[in-house]
Amino acid sequence: MIEIKNLSFSYKKMPVFTNIDLTFDGKVDSNDEQRGHIYGLLGENGVGKTTLLKLICGLLRPKEGCCSVDGFTSQERLPEMLQHIVFLPDEVKIPDGATPQQFVDELLPFYPEFAQGTFLHLMQELEVEPDRKFKEMSFGQQKKSLIAASLSLGTDYVLFDEPTNGLDIPSKAQFRSILSKRADERSTIIISTHQVKDVENLIDPIVILSNNAVMLDASVQRITEKLYFEYGGEKRDDALYSEMQPGGYLNVLSNATGEESQINIEALFNAVLKNKSVFKEMFK
Amino acid sequence: MEFQKQKPIYLQIADRLMEQILNGEPAAEERMPSVRDVAASMGVNPNTVMRTFDFLQGEEIIYNRRGVGYYVTTDAKKKILAEQRREFIEVELPLIRKKMQLLGIDCEDIIGKNQKPNPNICQ
Repeated sequence: MIEIKNLSFSYKKMPVFTNIDLTFDGKVDSNDEQRGHIYGLLGENGVGKTTLLKLICGLLRPKEGCCSVDGFTSQERLPEMLQHIVFLPDEVKIPDGATPQQFVDELLPFYPEFAQGTFLHLMQELEVEPDRKFKEMSFGQQKKSLIAASLSLGTDYVLFDEPTNGLDIPSKAQFRSILSKRADERSTIIISTHQVKDVENLIDPIVILSNNAVMLDASVQRITEKLYFEYGGEKRDDALYSEMQPGGYLNVLSNATGEESQINIEALFNAVLKNKSVFKEMFK
Repeated sequence: MEFQKQKPIYLQIADRLMEQILNGEPAAEERMPSVRDVAASMGVNPNTVMRTFDFLQGEEIIYNRRGVGYYVTTDAKKKILAEQRREFIEVELPLIRKKMQLLGIDCEDIIGKNQKPNPNICQ
């Protein structure tokens, strides 16, 4: 479990988080087996999504409060903790002359659960060659190699910052498929992204950051219990948010009947930003 | 008519799996694909597919053999058809009737003049 308690952080005088609490955890299924979750971490530009991921894996230190992974304080960067967590930033400085295989070979001593078979399998599924030099690859192929590497290290926690950036259309579907398998094993995955369409039916629970705080932290089921997404109707005055779509208005309404609807994450995001206090009350 | 757009994803997945069961893939007492395989093939969250399976289990269309997986019940097809009939009559038919009134179409236009109209549709 990743536990963030009373955490505050600022860059120089600019506050990013003020006293936030947040946990990321897997779950136990009906056969008593530990399963992972795929968290979606959303927020506007500059709201601190990347900062949060860096705090979790100990690359940044909180000004106040604490962040821990399975009981180990992140900022102490103990090997016992670091071997269970991997963070793939949006941009990675990769050694040009190296190949993906050499890249994972370098990481291998730090990750005892690394599985070469998984790595090769993922590389194959993403259609990248493990022995081709990074400098001979496109940006998307490099990214796919790094995704395959991250997911084969055998960590319980995988942090992705904008993982679908640079992926072509078929690769995005492959990415979803791979992740969905992985989370069903045991890893808890956190995806920070602006490309919500790429991960629309994949992320659950959803965490939205805004104004130095956590605006929403709820499972899709809980969200659709509280909110009703009405598609193709008229514009409604009582809507928390509505937008015009080709087939009519999409209204985000407070769910009065308990009937469930299909979530639309972009609309949810806009609704949250527009009605911060309402949502705080609704999802207390 | 857009009933589908509104439906939560887990029920849309249920619809698709029921369609496959009606086609005999898998047949009664055969094993369902795993939650993981269904999730991966559709690129959706495994938790969502788990909800689909819970729902189908509640409808007695599939059942869980602990530690082995989910299987299609003997009566699955019958149950699916009964449910789809109910949904057609209670949900889809009223919409069709409304649209027919709006467009000035009566039953004879659809069924033909020589056939006896089905009283369920044209009351």
